[in-house]
Amino acid sequence: MAQIRIQNVRKEFGAFTAVRSSSFTIEDGEFFMLLGPSGCGKTTTLRMMAGLELPTSGEIFIDGEEVGMKPASQRDIAFVFQMFALYPHMNVRKNISYPLLSQGLRGEELKTRVAEVARILRIEHILDKPVGGLSGGDRQRVALGRAIVRRPKAFFMDEPLGALDAEFREHMAEELRALHDRMGATTVYVTHDQLEAMQMGDKIVVMNHGVVEQFGRPQQIYDWPATKFVAQFIGSPPMNFLEFDGMIGIGGDSIDLGGVKVKVPATREGRAGRLTLGVRPEHVRFSSDAAYRGRVIAVEYLGTTQIVTLSTGHGDLKARIPSSHVVHEDELIGLDFDARTLSVFDAENGKALISEANEGVLAHG
Amino acid sequence: MSYSVTEPSLRQKWFAGSLVVLYALITILPLVWIIATSFKTPADAIAYPPKTFFTPTVEGYVNVFTTRTRLSPEQLQALGEPTTWYDKLVRKDGLVISGPSRFSERFTNSVIIGFGSTVLCIVLGTAAAYAFSRFKVPLKDDLLFFILSTRMMPPIAVAIPIFLMFRSLGLSDTHAGMILLYTAVNLSLSVWLLKGFIDEIPIEYEEAALIDGYTRFQAFYKVVLPQAATGIASTAIFCLIFAWNEYAFAVLLTSGNAQTAPPFIPTIIGVSGQDWPAVAAGATLFLVPVMVFTILLRKHLLRGITFGAVRK
Repeated sequence: MAQIRIQNVRKEFGAFTAVRSSSFTIEDGEFFMLLGPSGCGKTTTLRMMAGLELPTSGEIFIDGEEVGMKPASQRDIAFVFQMFALYPHMNVRKNISYPLLSQGLRGEELKTRVAEVARILRIEHILDKPVGGLSGGDRQRVALGRAIVRRPKAFFMDEPLGALDAEFREHMAEELRALHDRMGATTVYVTHDQLEAMQMGDKIVVMNHGVVEQFGRPQQIYDWPATKFVAQFIGSPPMNFLEFDGMIGIGGDSIDLGGVKVKVPATREGRAGRLTLGVRPEHVRFSSDAAYRGRVIAVEYLGTTQIVTLSTGHGDLKARIPSSHVVHEDELIGLDFDARTLSVFDAENGKALISEANEGVLAHG
Repeated sequence: MSYSVTEPSLRQKWFAGSLVVLYALITILPLVWIIATSFKTPADAIAYPPKTFFTPTVEGYVNVFTTRTRLSPEQLQALGEPTTWYDKLVRKDGLVISGPSRFSERFTNSVIIGFGSTVLCIVLGTAAAYAFSRFKVPLKDDLLFFILSTRMMPPIAVAIPIFLMFRSLGLSDTHAGMILLYTAVNLSLSVWLLKGFIDEIPIEYEEAALIDGYTRFQAFYKVVLPQAATGIASTAIFCLIFAWNEYAFAVLLTSGNAQTAPPFIPTIIGVSGQDWPAVAAGATLFLVPVMVFTILLRKHLLRGITFGAVRK
């Protein structure tokens, strides 16, 4: 078990920079999610931690030891691949015992270790089967078994649920999280699925274009996105952006949205020019006496809630409201925003302005 | 019966089946004729019209392994009764066996040179293919094209330079020389074929092995090689068939010590003119090793040729 620290790590493939100067720390025992769209550098970052890729510059510490240039075989970590990468010419038992064989383990001890893992993952009945005929879920379990059998310092998983059917993914996600809670091993998990990241992770790093956009607990990231990218990437439907020209001074607690005054958390920095108001769909309220208005253009029914899309003077906006509320298309509705939950972004660089509400989350950078 | 788009109809199946049978008959006919001839007497072998039905004899096989001398009846009388079955067989033609022929020696040469060059081709080819497939090799594409370009003319086109080179290097008529030559000719095929197979093996398997604590070399021979077995088997068959059947270089570069069977078989001459049953017997025996090898690797071969066509 170990703490993992990434310091100014950079990776270039020829002229292409996959990862630009990333830094973050994964605490011992954390379930850590590397989240981002495809091509954002998350897998490259993971592969550098595992030793399958060497960083162009920067340092990687596992358990306090700098391992940046060490080969994978000497890092004492386990890796679960997206396509599982079970050795196809070996049966399940052989696959699971393979990492132990390299450590020189033989005989009784090897048997007990494999049996123990098989029991934890409930795959005792398939131990002597070839891996070729296994179902996706069983393959996943065998891959996990091969990872946990050697009791490594850390687990690295590259979209391990990506190859599974949707219904089964849910189930495996729970199983994975339960397994982690039981073993308490540091786990780094790469995914492009924000729901998966929110559901399973203790902490999330959101990456885009090789840059770490934000780093924190799921709720912090959801509530107080550091950038417009994070605000859009996390949440379904994503955060609404209302673009406007205006200004806000230090300590200012309201903005002028097309003549309507909207209260926001008091800012710690001032900005003038192109700004964006960020509001989560669930923080939009319908109120007949509100001055800010939008026209309903679509309604999506989702069971207990519905998503209402409205056209406003500052772009389209989605609101999540209870299904009991009857809404008609073309209806003009007054909109009220929950002042404590709003973010204001600088539209030029996409960064959130520090306010009294998000400073606790964003102050560390 | 319900109509299916993908399942061929009975008539289509019949048609396809008949085509395959017809093709098989056409290709197998010369083979059958050779094998049949090997069991004929010399007279039956050259009979006109050709004999389809005949009394089989193993005379051809005896002749291919022996040299015989014609003796006068008095001399034969003096020798007394023949003691072995093969002595009896030749005695009725008024001959005696005067010693073994060089056939088994040539056959052994073929085995040594054929399998030797195949093994060398596979070892070198696998290593090169793995490097080309997995590592950043400077000028990779140019090198691969260069390797392929060695096959763009028939190997025999460079026969004269090779003949001269072999003479000055002392490689003429040696096993080492022939193994080297066949390896050089086959290596490009082997590198390209094997690279294709190794490219198909996901790199994750090796990465998994690296993570599991194995070195790059261990990952190569414990994880990559077993999975490349199919490709290696089919490549080996192609290499062996070429080296085994090669005639032109063998005629040019070997005469005594390292002569392989192909240039030797046509020169088998009986006591009275060309001994066709013996030639046919030699050819039949010559078929056996490649057939056995191919049958042993048949399972791999079929998968190998269609490898990559269907995603497993």
